[in-house]
Amino acid sequence: MSRLSDVFSRCKSAHRSALVSYLTAGDPNIKTSEILLNTLAAQSDILEIGMPFSDPMADGPVIQAASERALAAGTHIQDVFRLTAQVRQQHPDLGIVLMGYANIPFVLGFENFAKQAVSAGADAVLLVDIPPEEGHICDAIFQQYGLDRILLLSPTSTEERIQLVCKHASGFIYYVSLNGITGADMGDMAAIEQQVGHIRKHTTLPLCVGFGVKTAKQAQEVGNFADGVVIGSHFVHTIPTHIADLETMNQALKQASLSIKEALLA
Amino acid sequence: MSTDFTYDLTIHHAPDEGGHFLANGTLFGGCFAAETLMQPLKEIETAFFEAWADDEFQAERLSLLKHYAGRATPLYHAQRLSKEVGGAQIYLKREDLNHTGAHKLNNTIGQALLARRMGKKKVIAETGAGQHGVATATVAALFDMQCDIYMGREDMRRQAPNVFRMKLLGANVIPVDSGTATLKDAVNEALRVWVANCEDTFYIFGTAAGPHPFPIMVRQFHTVIGQEARAQCLEQAGKLPDVAVACVGGGSNAIGLLHPLRDDDIRLVAVEAAGYGLETKEHAAALCKGKAGIIHGSLSYLLENDEGQVQPTHSISAGLDYPGVGPELAAMMESGRLEVDSATDDEALAAFQTLTKIEGIIPALESSHAIAAGMRIAAGMKPEHIVLINLSGRGDKDLGTVMDKLAVNAEGEAA
Repeated sequence: MSRLSDVFSRCKSAHRSALVSYLTAGDPNIKTSEILLNTLAAQSDILEIGMPFSDPMADGPVIQAASERALAAGTHIQDVFRLTAQVRQQHPDLGIVLMGYANIPFVLGFENFAKQAVSAGADAVLLVDIPPEEGHICDAIFQQYGLDRILLLSPTSTEERIQLVCKHASGFIYYVSLNGITGADMGDMAAIEQQVGHIRKHTTLPLCVGFGVKTAKQAQEVGNFADGVVIGSHFVHTIPTHIADLETMNQALKQASLSIKEALLA
Repeated sequence: MSTDFTYDLTIHHAPDEGGHFLANGTLFGGCFAAETLMQPLKEIETAFFEAWADDEFQAERLSLLKHYAGRATPLYHAQRLSKEVGGAQIYLKREDLNHTGAHKLNNTIGQALLARRMGKKKVIAETGAGQHGVATATVAALFDMQCDIYMGREDMRRQAPNVFRMKLLGANVIPVDSGTATLKDAVNEALRVWVANCEDTFYIFGTAAGPHPFPIMVRQFHTVIGQEARAQCLEQAGKLPDVAVACVGGGSNAIGLLHPLRDDDIRLVAVEAAGYGLETKEHAAALCKGKAGIIHGSLSYLLENDEGQVQPTHSISAGLDYPGVGPELAAMMESGRLEVDSATDDEALAAFQTLTKIEGIIPALESSHAIAAGMRIAAGMKPEHIVLINLSGRGDKDLGTVMDKLAVNAEGEAA
């Protein structure tokens, strides 16, 4: 059993949806990022740790800016691994997903990347721009190192694509609730529920829903039919809002994640 | 040259089903796109191959290329330039005489016809120098489509006349401030907008790069350049060129000229922007100095640091100021079929002035890179040899840049 499946089993026993949270590693700087990641990890079931990239094509302005802040602060891939290891040390049961774009592990070398990711304590990898069709460049290596590969589905995914993704994904499937970039406005809840129900016919993997979930109410509604709720931009946004004061920033992130967590418990 | 040119519509050297170009076991291209775009890209792929095989589509496309764009463009024996250089005979493929002043329209006519065939009423595009933006805005006007052009704010400053042209043509020009505010960021932004609007919007991609099927599709729409040039050279000179030269940013004019010549015994040369010099970090020479990387949906050569972060580029020409390059050119280089060369800002500027003064042709700064390298190559060859250079665009849009740069250089000399 992978750690991710343990996480979902635990949540299922507790009759609640998992909180899957996202922050970009090194945002706004490495030292502060360590504190923020641990704060968020404490409220989350799964933490997606973003690997900053110069060209985040699938991200909206909030997460683009996070990548820019992290890179400007001198965040290297080794810092991402170090931060991951620090979070893992404090949160042994947390699911950890390294998330980002293909070019970072590609240039490092997928094997080298996988080795370091596992040794830092990551459970899975989510690479936005490696669809199942291009999995030939990394799937075998990730499998060899026991890293789950999270794949995405979206409203544009056809029946054929749903089957393809379900065949190649492991860990969980991330359903992108809207045609758009991270942080956009959420689509119609009934349509999302229907689509999630449809995907379930093709897989036993847990289904998490993200992109655009911002409020506790939305999280609660998504939690009613999804195995996990992914929150990214909403959490990341607390960083630029309180950029001048670390203590307030950390408190704001704690509050934001607590209120979502409570909504999922309710 | 007869006015009715017969084009070869067979697709030669196609990539594999997934859009991969293989060279010596190394893979380039592919479709490294987010899930949301996979289905829209598949739909374009299917529609493209269907359209390409459809006589009616081809007849309309070729008719527009002839009567609207003005093809075939001339092949011109630049005798004074050849004499000045003192080596091989230099022939210029006059894409600058294509409607809108560059080769870009060959592609936008094709993609706009495809968009209309797919029932899309809205088109978007990225642009660097503004030539692709103008070519897209032009076909959008012709086909009565709504048109949004994404352009880096820095490029809008450098290419102000083209911004005005696009607006006159009825397009919205949307400034992009993220990243380095140049072409790569305009691509990022256009991709983001496309993800959110893929149901009713067609993304007219401007170069032979990006995710499959764009590299093969854009190449096919531009092979008219090389097919014409090949036949024209045979007709005018009685033989094929010995060398064919084209500038490379993303590589659309280069693949258009060079691809139809790749099975001939001709040296093929891609000329990249060396900016302030290849020994500096201020250039845009992905083939000369880049490493394998994945950007904008495609695996190719890329200017990036050791950790895969894309590096800022520099070129005097906005159209070459791009950190990546089309995957097929990368594969052709890898397999040894393509030579790579480069020209600095100053070399391009000198070639710009030389061609203007000697032949009365003002080339685009992009094309001036090919002229610079082509002259250098010709100088080392014999008068019975032929160097074919793609004059991919005209230089009116660059007059401001050249004026500023010459003023700065003159000040430097005076000081």
